[in-house]
Amino acid sequence: MTHPLVVTLDRKSAPRTIFAGDRLVEVDMPAGTRVIYPRAPLAALKDPDAAIRYALNHPHGSDPLHAKLRPGMKVVIAIDDISLPLPPMRRPDVRERVLTIVLEMLADHGVEDVEMIIATSVHRRMTSEEIRHIVGDRIHSKYYPHRLYNHDAEDAKGMKELGTTEMGEVVELNRKAVESDLLIYVNLNLVPMDGGHKSVAVGLCGYRSLQAHHTPQTMRNCHSYMDPSSSALATSVERMGRLANKTLNVFTIETTVNNRMFDRPLEFLHKNEDDLSGSERTALRALRFTLDKLPQPARQAIFQKVPSPYGITGVFAGETEAVHPHTLAKCYEQYSVPIRGQADVLVTGIPFISPYNVNSFLNPLLVSVMAEGYLFNMYRNAPLVKKGGTMIVTHPCTDQFDKEHHAPYIEFVHNLLPETRDGLELHKRFEKKFASNPALIQKYRSGHAYHPAHPFFMWYWGEAGRQHLGRVIVVGADNEYIPKLLGYQTARSMPEALEMAQSHHGPSPEITMMHMPPIVMADVTV
Amino acid sequence: MAASYFDVDGTLLTTNLLHPTIFYLLNQQNPLRSLGKLARTAVRAPQLVLAEMRDRRLFNEMLFSAYEGMSEDRLHCLADETFDAVIKRALFPHARDLVQTCVDQGHEVVLVSGALDFLMGRLAAFLGAHTVIANRLEIKDHYATGRLLRPVVAGPEKARLIRDHAKLKGHDLDDCFAYSDSYSDVPMLSVVGHPAAVNPDAKLERLANAYGWPIVRLEKESRPKRGLTGTVRELLS
Repeated sequence: MTHPLVVTLDRKSAPRTIFAGDRLVEVDMPAGTRVIYPRAPLAALKDPDAAIRYALNHPHGSDPLHAKLRPGMKVVIAIDDISLPLPPMRRPDVRERVLTIVLEMLADHGVEDVEMIIATSVHRRMTSEEIRHIVGDRIHSKYYPHRLYNHDAEDAKGMKELGTTEMGEVVELNRKAVESDLLIYVNLNLVPMDGGHKSVAVGLCGYRSLQAHHTPQTMRNCHSYMDPSSSALATSVERMGRLANKTLNVFTIETTVNNRMFDRPLEFLHKNEDDLSGSERTALRALRFTLDKLPQPARQAIFQKVPSPYGITGVFAGETEAVHPHTLAKCYEQYSVPIRGQADVLVTGIPFISPYNVNSFLNPLLVSVMAEGYLFNMYRNAPLVKKGGTMIVTHPCTDQFDKEHHAPYIEFVHNLLPETRDGLELHKRFEKKFASNPALIQKYRSGHAYHPAHPFFMWYWGEAGRQHLGRVIVVGADNEYIPKLLGYQTARSMPEALEMAQSHHGPSPEITMMHMPPIVMADVTV
Repeated sequence: MAASYFDVDGTLLTTNLLHPTIFYLLNQQNPLRSLGKLARTAVRAPQLVLAEMRDRRLFNEMLFSAYEGMSEDRLHCLADETFDAVIKRALFPHARDLVQTCVDQGHEVVLVSGALDFLMGRLAAFLGAHTVIANRLEIKDHYATGRLLRPVVAGPEKARLIRDHAKLKGHDLDDCFAYSDSYSDVPMLSVVGHPAAVNPDAKLERLANAYGWPIVRLEKESRPKRGLTGTVRELLS
């Protein structure tokens, strides 16, 4: 018997509505297609502040936070950046709630030397307003910019090497954090690949440390990112995090949120199209029509400028490895849907957002990150699609980039991808030189651009998917050039794409559709 | 090894060629002489503006004629003071970081500027740059004639000088970097494999966007443009 969230379509089923960037498209899927829907949002904690206080006072594998404090000590608080959650959370963000309580506790114990670092690693620096959004007005006005600032992975004097793991991975972290008496990490765990040792060992590191695991080979050995026990990336990060935790006094605070990505007027987006009421069907049609007519910036504003009403579902604190299993369990409880058997064809819409384009456009490289990277990897045990299978995605693949945030991506896509799409070759021939471009490094340090190594990491993100999939077909691309650069085949419509897939998988391929966002991941049994 | 070629005024410094020149004019042997020199330069201001619009090289030659009659000793004695009072204070907040990153990457850092060589030498030492390609005053009998020695460093000539320098030092221009704020430096930016627009003017910004050149801003916030009077007022303050 299949799970209620796995719906098998028949001849009478309504068309499915899926994302194609910041538009919604209606696609007719053949009878027999399995559609996986996201779980309903878990119930939010009724009193999150009480839950935060409880977690700080009843931590896992550690003394309570108050017992670690003494007057005059140096405390650094590292905070997850704006790449989580997606879209940003309606205020107060859970990080603001946690920080408010932690800062009160520090003040009560005579701890005045407090600095807060946004753990951006090689992500772009957050703007003042973005920081304000996650920490709140009071904390922002009191601490920003001198005691609340972005991590700078290229500030040679601001980084400190802690050592090398038994596998030769160099652990180099933010000096302020390393030299503090206590490092408190405030995390927001959106998906199972977040949190744990990744928070400190990646969030506060630089390019030297990232080179240990952000490689095409490591990414090919992740099955999947969402299952840390089968991810070479997670294994490497854990080794580095353990080494860091031997030297540092780390107190981890992890939080989880539910799946309430869309507020009430758009809530129907995660429902089975056959179960929509009359008014919901009309609203969906109206939304689709409006999005079709609006110019792109307006569509982006509709989805990105409206924060999501996420509910807080868990707060866990203490020693990193003791905390994380509780966080992971909550994530799986929210996202995981059991499904039996792999498909020949996996169909999914690519939405308007990824962790790397908050407040900017989902450029072609991020389309690939979403397709072969995140969406392919939304599984445990086995991929949703068979080895050599077909992935069909819907997206316009517009050749558009945010010139500030994604400056290094432009050269990567237009100058390097035409040379080769082979991750190993890109890594060997181009990465180091490109990542040391002084102008791009300066844009990362004083502007709001991603580090020049980041586009390479983004390409590697799709390596496991690229190795596994036989082909990716994109439906609705507005040009042929970008799909060709990404290695995609193109189809004008879903029936055409399915016909192309049939030529590889026979006349009746097994088709599975992932209906997201909101986030859903599959526990696949073969 | 690659090289990084930097334009200076407007790219690394908020000032332009006028600022150090006015500082020199204000610090003549006596106030009367200073006043005379300043007045002569002020009278020529409209010509300077026209020259700047027409040809950067002509502008340089006209501007540096104000140095005519200054002794070599005075030029060098005042250089340290000019550097401290005018140039060092005018560095963009992140200029040193950018130059340092180039040095850290093992690049030969070359300042390519229309300003005078003895001032650029001091700036290079301060920033850790290795080489200076700058304008040189002609000196006869220990006094500046007011003329510039050839080649005059300006506009397209910068591109030729960069090519010659790269050839001499064995740099592959495809691996080299260049940084400038001005559309007039497009030739210089175009000869290297990795051009970047730094605090660009509107025309250069449009071009950089069209060609996907990185646009770097070294200032924290944009500063209002100052005219000749504003410059004098600031230097007197």
